[in-house]
Amino acid sequence: MNAQKIENPIVVSNQLVAGGGAFFAAVFGLLYGMTQNIPLIGVIGGMALGAVAAFAIVKIAKSRRISQFGMVALGLIVGYLQARISGAIIGAIFGWVFTWFVFWLATGKYRRRLPSYATPGQVLWHHTFVVICWAIFIFLITPIIVVMPLSFNAENFFTFTPAMLNFDPAGYSLKHYEDFFTNSDWQGAIKNSFAIAPVATLLSVSLGTLAAIGLSQPFVPFRRAIMAILISPMIMPLIISAAGMYFFYSRVGLQGTYLGVVLAHAALGIPFVIITVTATLVGFDHSLTRASASLGANPVKTFFRVQMPLILPGVIAGGLFAFITSFDEVVVVLFVGSAGQKTLPWQMFTGLREQISPTILAVATILVVLSILMLTTLEMLRRRSERLRGISPG
Amino acid sequence: MSDSTNNGPVLAADGTPLKRSLRRSLRLQKFRALLLIAPLLAFILITFIAPIADMLFRSVENKIVEETLPQTIALIDAGGPIETIVPNQKVFSALYVDMFVAAENKEHTRLGTRLNYEQSGISSLFRKSGRRVARLDVEVYKKQFEEVDPQWADVATWQSLAESANSAELLPRAMWAYNAWRDYVRADGDNPDKEAPEDFIYVALYDDLIALDDVTSANDLIRKSADAAPDFETVNFKEAFVKFDKDWASENVWKTLRTYSTPYTEGYFLNAIDFQKDFDGYSLRPDNQRIYGVLFMRTLFMSLVITACAVLLGYPIAWLMANRPMREANLLMIMVLLPFWTSLLVRTSAWKVMLQQQGVINDTLVWLNLVDEAGRLVLINNQFGTIVAMTHILLPFMVLPLYSVMRTIPESYTRAAKSLGATNWTAFWRVYFPQSVPGIGAGSILVFILSIGYYITPEIVGGTTGTFISNRIAYHISSSLNWGLAAALGTILLAVVLLLYWVYDRIVGIDNVKLGG
Repeated sequence: MNAQKIENPIVVSNQLVAGGGAFFAAVFGLLYGMTQNIPLIGVIGGMALGAVAAFAIVKIAKSRRISQFGMVALGLIVGYLQARISGAIIGAIFGWVFTWFVFWLATGKYRRRLPSYATPGQVLWHHTFVVICWAIFIFLITPIIVVMPLSFNAENFFTFTPAMLNFDPAGYSLKHYEDFFTNSDWQGAIKNSFAIAPVATLLSVSLGTLAAIGLSQPFVPFRRAIMAILISPMIMPLIISAAGMYFFYSRVGLQGTYLGVVLAHAALGIPFVIITVTATLVGFDHSLTRASASLGANPVKTFFRVQMPLILPGVIAGGLFAFITSFDEVVVVLFVGSAGQKTLPWQMFTGLREQISPTILAVATILVVLSILMLTTLEMLRRRSERLRGISPG
Repeated sequence: MSDSTNNGPVLAADGTPLKRSLRRSLRLQKFRALLLIAPLLAFILITFIAPIADMLFRSVENKIVEETLPQTIALIDAGGPIETIVPNQKVFSALYVDMFVAAENKEHTRLGTRLNYEQSGISSLFRKSGRRVARLDVEVYKKQFEEVDPQWADVATWQSLAESANSAELLPRAMWAYNAWRDYVRADGDNPDKEAPEDFIYVALYDDLIALDDVTSANDLIRKSADAAPDFETVNFKEAFVKFDKDWASENVWKTLRTYSTPYTEGYFLNAIDFQKDFDGYSLRPDNQRIYGVLFMRTLFMSLVITACAVLLGYPIAWLMANRPMREANLLMIMVLLPFWTSLLVRTSAWKVMLQQQGVINDTLVWLNLVDEAGRLVLINNQFGTIVAMTHILLPFMVLPLYSVMRTIPESYTRAAKSLGATNWTAFWRVYFPQSVPGIGAGSILVFILSIGYYITPEIVGGTTGTFISNRIAYHISSSLNWGLAAALGTILLAVVLLLYWVYDRIVGIDNVKLGG
């Protein structure tokens, strides 16, 4: 750390350090002032204090680690005096970020990505742009993050209670999780989901892999038309698929049956299998199958011993996509299924539309965790597949 | 190889000409490929394409009127346009027979519901009439036929008539009525051979005999009855029906019935574009009944807004990711992929939590004293809510294609532009941006296609003003049960999507769809 500090000496003027600190603290001061209905005082106070603090930590303390420690401690204490635990947390975060920001400015790191000839205006625009991008990322991620703490709400509200904001243990409880694991509606729904999704996945993966191998042969008549038909369930608006399936399946007696829902979900999952498996097969070296055949293996053996292990990551990824499609699907099951096939998303949908119960948030949190696991698996599969094909992972 | 002559065809190892041998092997390869594809193709055709075709079919199908009131419709159609709108006694007599059978089979309410979509009030008219038809006393016909010949009371006479070759030609309606009677008696679990024929069959018999002008091929029984029939005492069915409900004398009911008597109709489609099919032709619906035009326009408009928002938000972050080192870009990518992988219902419920009046955004605004407690913003159950939530949900579909295109744009191009004196803006606008247009095109079409067919999110956060055409389709399928109209709306939506799909295929290619990672 010390060595790094020497490599990053203070390179900018005192005015810039103080100005940066003043700016950062002013923004915070404005927000704080607004909550107290004194925005102007907040801005001015923030500016003054920020300038002084920035100057002090850069010129007097000099070490980033010491100043960061000091500022976090200061933030903790002031915050706690203002608004107990939540205040302390905000204060500490502010102290840490403030110090980081001041040193980032003072050591000239802020120009790291920019050419040395960039004008101050360009520097400012660059950072504004990055801030805008981060705002968009926050827009993407916030709704998902917000759901998690709310699912531990002790009240039956969809909103943060004062007790939660003060980190009062009484404000938190696991009762919504308990409800999820004991309520027969939810348990039935999760059973149905796990009864439908794997079977639908199996169906779409087995048929889809076979067809993808066929499609990746060098000569396939009507390849484009066939591809268009096979991909169509993905592009078709779900409401149209649902309407058509509802009409047709009720005509042939599949509406409201388990089989009907499985078939419908398998059809919806197939495009994902086709896309991922054909993508994997693009990099497949066909001389391997010829080599295998020349060594006396029959086509079935060649498939299972040579081709399958190589395209397995693609197949698994396609299967995951198909599983998620079925597991997450609500429109089609709403129409094609009956009460006996009520899946998890369906139960959530009714929950959102009719009885607003925070149990939904508990379910949502569980599903978010599941999707994080899924994402990790896919990333690992991708890396493995690239390693197998001799491309180093990025 | 050395012993093949120079002027003969090149031969393969087994002696066949090489050309033919190659062609055969190519054919075999094609056949094998198709064989591998065939099971899936069949599966998709049955489970997915057939339902879509069925939907298209339902949007024009209208057999119910003709199937429920066959005799009446046949008579009206035979009369053609010269027939008076409220028909004569004969048609009402046929209507009685049709209605009696329909009421026994409980089909008259279904028909009433069907016609009620076109003119309100018909449903109750049919329900009421069906009830009363069963109670109408028409025994007088049966009695008079028995007086002519007691054989008529015997079901065996009828059975032998039904089995004889020319009776369907001579007595079409009586035979139809007799067969319909047998069918519903059997459906009730009774044996029709042991029951006495019901009175309404004799009404049909009377109508047939009155209309019969050539009796030479008929047997004695029919000839005798046909001679006696004109002097029969009859029931005035027109009067009876008008007494059930005076609407039967109204021209509007008969106009509707005649307009929708064809087995296929364009009526549902006209309905779906705010037109109506009248007796005299097509016309625009009255102002207060026009909803679909507005709904289609709103769906298109909101989809465009959502697409534009997705471009505005997606472009900067795709650019940032494309211009950072791979490792950093992958970390940023997780922030895009996490929402992409999270259940749709989770994201929708998250937006409900965020946007509602006691929700996170309003709470924050109140906490910052930007709005006061009473002035909490209405962010949900309107168009704003739908646009925000759907932009969030569809944003990954914009970022992923944009990113994959931007990754391929070499940085040196913009550097070269700058070295030639371009400002940052010119370098971006004239050099970088044009190269990223394919990504924008691909992402926009994808987002647009996905958003015009969206159902779940508008249903939950859209309230009444933020809903899409798909919500209306769902309403017609599950609540109003007007399947034909739902199918017509769906077909129009399908046409729009297919058009866009075709454009997408032209620009991007269907097999170039990328799925994250």
